[in-house]
Amino acid sequence: MSKRVGIEVSIAIAEAVGLARAEVIPAYPITPQTHIVEHLSEMVANGELDAEFVPVESEHAAMSCCCGSCAAGARTFTSSSSQGLSLMSEILYIPSTMRLPIVMVVANRALSAPISIWNDHQDIMVQRDIGWIQTFAENGQEAVDLTIHAFRVAEDRNVSLPMIVNIDGFTLSHVIEPIELPDQEEVDKFLPPFKPRYKLDPRRPISMGPVGIPEVYTEAKVAHDMAMKKAKRYILKAWDEFEKVFGRKYNPVESYRTEDAEVLLVTMGSISETAMTAVDAMRDAGQKVGLLRIRLWRPFPGQEFRKAVGKAKVLAVVDRCLPPGALCGPVGAELRSLFYKIPGSPKIFSFVAGLGGRDVTVERFEEMVDKARAYAKKRPRELYEVIGVREK
Amino acid sequence: MIPEFEKFKGFKAKNLPKAEPLSSGHRACQGCGEVLALRMVMKALGKDVIVCNATGCMEIITSPYPHTAWKVPWIHIAFENAASVASGVESARRVLARKGKIPKKHVDIMAVGGDGATGDIGLQFISGAFERGHDFLYVCLDNEAYMNTGVQRSGCTPYGAMTTTSPPGKKSFGQVTWKKNVPAIAVAHNIPYVATASPAYFLDLMNKVKKAALVKGPAYVHIYSPCPTGWGSAGERSIEISRLAVETKVFPLYEVIEGRYIISRKITKPKPVTEYLKGQRRFRHLDEEHIEYIQRRVDAEYEKLLRLAEMS
Ligand SMILES: Cc1ncc(C[n+]2csc(CCOP(=O)(O)OP(=O)(O)O)c2C)c(N)n1
Ligand code: SF4
Ligand SMILES: [Mg+2]
Repeated sequence: MSKRVGIEVSIAIAEAVGLARAEVIPAYPITPQTHIVEHLSEMVANGELDAEFVPVESEHAAMSCCCGSCAAGARTFTSSSSQGLSLMSEILYIPSTMRLPIVMVVANRALSAPISIWNDHQDIMVQRDIGWIQTFAENGQEAVDLTIHAFRVAEDRNVSLPMIVNIDGFTLSHVIEPIELPDQEEVDKFLPPFKPRYKLDPRRPISMGPVGIPEVYTEAKVAHDMAMKKAKRYILKAWDEFEKVFGRKYNPVESYRTEDAEVLLVTMGSISETAMTAVDAMRDAGQKVGLLRIRLWRPFPGQEFRKAVGKAKVLAVVDRCLPPGALCGPVGAELRSLFYKIPGSPKIFSFVAGLGGRDVTVERFEEMVDKARAYAKKRPRELYEVIGVREK
Repeated sequence: MIPEFEKFKGFKAKNLPKAEPLSSGHRACQGCGEVLALRMVMKALGKDVIVCNATGCMEIITSPYPHTAWKVPWIHIAFENAASVASGVESARRVLARKGKIPKKHVDIMAVGGDGATGDIGLQFISGAFERGHDFLYVCLDNEAYMNTGVQRSGCTPYGAMTTTSPPGKKSFGQVTWKKNVPAIAVAHNIPYVATASPAYFLDLMNKVKKAALVKGPAYVHIYSPCPTGWGSAGERSIEISRLAVETKVFPLYEVIEGRYIISRKITKPKPVTEYLKGQRRFRHLDEEHIEYIQRRVDAEYEKLLRLAEMS
């Protein structure tokens, strides 16, 4: 039987990785991800999890070690944040085109400078195009469920792609929540053992990671892109089966009070909880406001998103990332291309908020909705606005 | 002593393995000493091995998709991280064997890279893997520069040598630093086995590689590898140059077994370094003064090595 416990989300994620029977866990400490791997190393030390915990000397080594272990056929997990994720960057593109299904939880945190341990999405947005499947969790339960789901999807032979579950640093990673920890038997039913089609094995030698001459490089990248697009079907299928086993249903885009809404807030991750409170308040005041939360970020669920928008006229998109000199934040840009020149499409405004741990309050969400409404009438010069900048 | 060595009788000219895990037909330059060394390494290891290759000449020339020269499992991820990739392979096999998912039969795991991949950009990764004690061998194929990118200097480029980033000029005589002692860095990790080898002494090379594979825990073999293209030497002279490097004490052959230095080939009547330097375009510009300095320093380094061997 699954059990409901009050538990720190990081610890619960580690428990989920244990329930998934991860076999190799190369890891390097960085706040706010540390509690996850500390707990995993404890589980290995206590004999609760039969795995190799590899205390590597850097995140770059962690991801390199993950590549080796996954290629050798072991279920592989790691976790990182911010500077650590950036240090991995060179390697991140490699297991995805090589189709090595590593699973990683990223506890999202700001990037230096100035150095900040607090939450936003800059660390993952600079890794947007690494070709990993990516989801964003809103709460602890979801973080646990998406972690188990990630192994199932990544290792599915129809997919064979690495996968990242994003959780907000501190605001999600360090909070204590009531979480239903699934039962081992149920997880085993949902998640079969890892059986890769190809692996490093002297009985059947293959070469992995060869040189891509111009005659083959494009095809390798196109194959990767096609695999990503095709993956959506299996991501959804795994969520359907997840519901059958565990009773919790997940969708690529989650709608909250969107019926007859004129303005929709669009969020990713844990600030969506505050956004829901803001929507409730605005609804109480008679405003037709709703919320869309993107759970599946890569591959981007365009069809589902468009459907979820329905007849709404204005989107107030929250970006937790400020790319200096760009036209707008990455989520805003994604949605603009999704709706470009589509008749009847909504007006889209991008709001950069919650950088480096700055709180995004109910009032801030209300401010975004008001501004988006006003901008829909009179277009501002910039495509985005930073919310909550201190004047003094 | 190391128990794994007891049963190993050693390769002799008579019992050389016929199998070639690294096949011919690859794209190395004519007379490439590095691929020759790699061929010997693979002959010594046989077919029960997984190779983790760093980016560099050997990776490029053996794997232009859809061709491969490798008859054993082989993986290439990036330039600096072969030791970490090997750590991952080793950890995976350890847990999978424990769980009964793969046969218990021992498989060697080798990380291999050039001098740049090993002594410069990959040093941290190698240090980490050695310190954690993974059961693998790391082979450095030292052609004394970044050859794959067009002969730039590395920390292993010898004093005075001309490369594309240590060019001699009005204010320069080529590489200004002495060759980095990477084997000594490996020794400092207290790993059970470290050795230097040369393709001119192929039985010695193969035996050392085999011992590095047999020993439990990390092992390091640093192999001198002439590069006619980068050195401006004649392709047919690669083995001769390799032998001269040993005979002039420029590249001494030794083992360090559990911290004890053992000289494999004592040079009692050394040839002058000039014998070694001539016929290599990379040294052609050097004047008397620099050559004298090289001679003095080579002698002094060799003395240091002798003292280490006496102390052990
Ligand atoms: C991170 C990174 N930096 C630089 C390079 C470019 N690069 C590829 S191979 C190479 C030189 C390899 O030199 P070495 O390790 O000595 O091997 P060799 O080609 O000489 O055998 C360099 C600089 C790279 N691939 N990756
Ligand atoms: S450049 Fe040198 S090391 Fe590289 S393949 Fe040619 S000869 Fe060998
Ligand atoms: Mg080199």
